[in-house]
Amino acid sequence: MLDKVLFYFFAGTAVASGVLMVTRRNVVHSAIFLITALLATAGIFLQLRAEFLFIVQIILYVGGIMVLFVFVIMLVNLDVALQQIQFARQRWVGLFVALALAAQVSFMFWTSGKMPGQGLPVLTAAAATKLPPNSEAVARSLFESYLLPFEIASVLLLVAMIGAVVMAKKRA
Amino acid sequence: MLSIEHYLFLSLALFIIGVVGVVTRRNVIVVLMSIELILNAVNINLVAFSRLYGDVAGQVFALFIIADAAAEAAVGLGIIIAFFRNRETVLADEMDLLKW
Repeated sequence: MLDKVLFYFFAGTAVASGVLMVTRRNVVHSAIFLITALLATAGIFLQLRAEFLFIVQIILYVGGIMVLFVFVIMLVNLDVALQQIQFARQRWVGLFVALALAAQVSFMFWTSGKMPGQGLPVLTAAAATKLPPNSEAVARSLFESYLLPFEIASVLLLVAMIGAVVMAKKRA
Repeated sequence: MLSIEHYLFLSLALFIIGVVGVVTRRNVIVVLMSIELILNAVNINLVAFSRLYGDVAGQVFALFIIADAAAEAAVGLGIIIAFFRNRETVLADEMDLLKW
């Protein structure tokens, strides 16, 4: 019961702030609503007993990436951009395509008879003390089975860092 | 009872919202933020299936996606700053240097 309440609370917050993020004119408002959406997603992770990802989501996404976004929003000139039209000319076509995609996937769910509540239950009623420690399990999997992808990800981050510095620095 | 479809539908909703943001907004920063929302929708799927099957690998891949999102945000925002310095705009349909 509590799981359900938490799920609907976080899911509603995430979807509502996602919609607001896409529809607001002001870019700073969009960033704020994206932060709420990311925090609600972190809540979903916690409700799914993924504590490590919950913390990573808050520290890395909300604390790191969103600060980067807000910095760039402050760097580029907002006052000029606010006067301009915020939505593309072909927005109705785009909207139609996206909604067609949504309708397709929903139809797939509907025809397979797998609407919410009918499929496999995600959360069994195990007590929290019965669950394996999440961070330990993630670390074990990350450093034993997925060690090579982990190293590749570190190289990717290094390349991205160098690329960002090269592109953002002033021309000599 | 929460079933896997609850999470799939939440993920679908966030994904579609992100796609709508990508295709309808002119401001490139908002487009990048919509991409972050899409990546988050994928993460919800991965974590829900990880919980469903009791396998922690899904959470590990969600971690990789978060690392990718960080790299993508850094490079994308670097490109936006470089472009803004050259053309004084952040609107996607004014980025038409390659358009003939």
